[in-house]
Amino acid sequence: MGSSERTPFENPVVEWVDSRLPVFTMMQKEYGVFPTPKNFNYFWNFGAIAMIMLITMIVTGIVLAMHYTADVNLSFDKVERIMRDVNGGWLLRYMHSNGASFFFVAVYIHIFRGMYYGSYKQPREILWILGVVIFLLMMATAFIGYVLPWGQMSLWGATVITNLFSAIPLVGDSIVTLLWGGFSVDNPTLTRFFALHYLLPFVIFAVVFLHVWALHVTGSNNPLGIDTKGPQDTLPFHPYYTMKDTFGTLVFLIFYAYMVFFAPNMLGHPDNYIPANPLVTPAHIVPEWYFLPFYAILRAITFDIGIPFTDITIISAKLGGVIAMFGSILLWFVLPWLDTHPIRSARFRPLFKTFFLILVVNFIFLGYVGSQSADAKLFGLPLSLLGLAGTAYYFAFFIVLLPWLSKNEKGRELPTSIHEAVLEQKKG
Amino acid sequence: MTADSKNRRDFLHLTGAAFGAVGIACFAAPVINSLNPAKDTLALATTEVDLSTIPVGESKTVMWRGKPVFIKHRTTEQIEEARSVELAELPDKEEDKDRVKKEQWLVTIGICTHLGCVPTGQKTSDAHGEFGGWFCPCHGSHYDTSGRIRKGPAPKNLAVPPYEFVSDTVIKIG
Repeated sequence: MGSSERTPFENPVVEWVDSRLPVFTMMQKEYGVFPTPKNFNYFWNFGAIAMIMLITMIVTGIVLAMHYTADVNLSFDKVERIMRDVNGGWLLRYMHSNGASFFFVAVYIHIFRGMYYGSYKQPREILWILGVVIFLLMMATAFIGYVLPWGQMSLWGATVITNLFSAIPLVGDSIVTLLWGGFSVDNPTLTRFFALHYLLPFVIFAVVFLHVWALHVTGSNNPLGIDTKGPQDTLPFHPYYTMKDTFGTLVFLIFYAYMVFFAPNMLGHPDNYIPANPLVTPAHIVPEWYFLPFYAILRAITFDIGIPFTDITIISAKLGGVIAMFGSILLWFVLPWLDTHPIRSARFRPLFKTFFLILVVNFIFLGYVGSQSADAKLFGLPLSLLGLAGTAYYFAFFIVLLPWLSKNEKGRELPTSIHEAVLEQKKG
Repeated sequence: MTADSKNRRDFLHLTGAAFGAVGIACFAAPVINSLNPAKDTLALATTEVDLSTIPVGESKTVMWRGKPVFIKHRTTEQIEEARSVELAELPDKEEDKDRVKKEQWLVTIGICTHLGCVPTGQKTSDAHGEFGGWFCPCHGSHYDTSGRIRKGPAPKNLAVPPYEFVSDTVIKIG
């Protein structure tokens, strides 16, 4: 950001501005000629796509907020008014509600990409950690946003999730009262959730800025996971990757538009079209799809953990579930130190690749478990048991397998440079 | 710089940082405390209920602090059932007589102690669970005619709110 060397621009207006505030120089350096590995595949589109979704969410959200009121007696009707009376209100709301889902789709693929190609490894640890922070902020924002329409799922989802904090020993109940601002999820809860739902996206935006900043210090990883060695390994960001990102984004937006226009309520829950009623609980409370794997981990712990052969409980089932759920994401923070294998890309680590792909299937399976009721069965086996097995593999992968593989996996021979690998591939 | 002035500078840094931290905490305290229940929320904290409209064997749900309160006019058999249980059988050990002020009236907060759902069992046509009291549909907790947890994931009995008899047929909750 400093005023280092600058090449003058020909356009006098641009030059006038740039000599006072070098934004054009900065854009030229970071997005024009920025050297980018030339072997990206389409997985490298999803950072840009996530950015587009964040902007979509903020723009539609600001307009929706202009038509919304946070009040237990008004919110439900205000949302219905947006759907029926506000010009194009249905479109804005469906873009926003489905946009949340597609934002998560993009970010989940982005995280998968980062894990598969070892993008979290040295020297990109802080870049990775900032990404995990963004993901946690997104989860908080999405959860809070789901409460705002004040339907049955809004109220009861919020009740179940905020009650999780009551599992914390000693101070749990006081924390829950503080979160609620009352004695149940009620008007004070709704108004503060609205304030936070407006605030958090801008916090996300700020952390995204840091995330991109860190990216531009270390440069991008690539499918081979080896460092760039010179100009023969890279391409200028513009026009090569501006074009590739635009193309990928447009394809992604086709799927998004399909959902918005043809299946806008497919990912939602019909109970949220019933106004919130504190006297009646819906028979089956489920979170939005993007939380399901973590919800399954929460429910997998159904037993107290205590000192064997005594009545003493150290961690109750409720607290155990909460610790497991938060722990499953917090583990990502230390991922660069759990997996210390020198090879980044899974392409050259067959064992890691196998175990990681099992983890992905396992994660999707946990999502299925989370969507079912607690006493459901699959092939005659209680689903809660399968959920526990899935949870066990999840934690074993990070805590046991990754450190073990770091020491013992030999890995394949790496190509000498990106340039040569690309030429090799061209030759076939 | 002498060793002496270095120590003085360290001391100034530490006291400066400590005062800064205390200052921030002093500012944060009222901000966070403003999120606690406000006075008007607390003022809604008492509710009076006329019991004379509840026939024997039936129940009534009233709102107190935004939560449902179950008031059950228990039959003799239900009282009998609640009192005949051995304490050792209960996950959360509590005598029925400690949970009521007058044995025919059971007053509990109608919120499952697991994750806060509202159990069914207030209407005679509802599911009452295996112990004739209430049943929580969310995760399958069964409560008996004293509102005590008997089976399922809930850790505690239905809470008894603070209440008193204002007259023979009127109670004040809160």
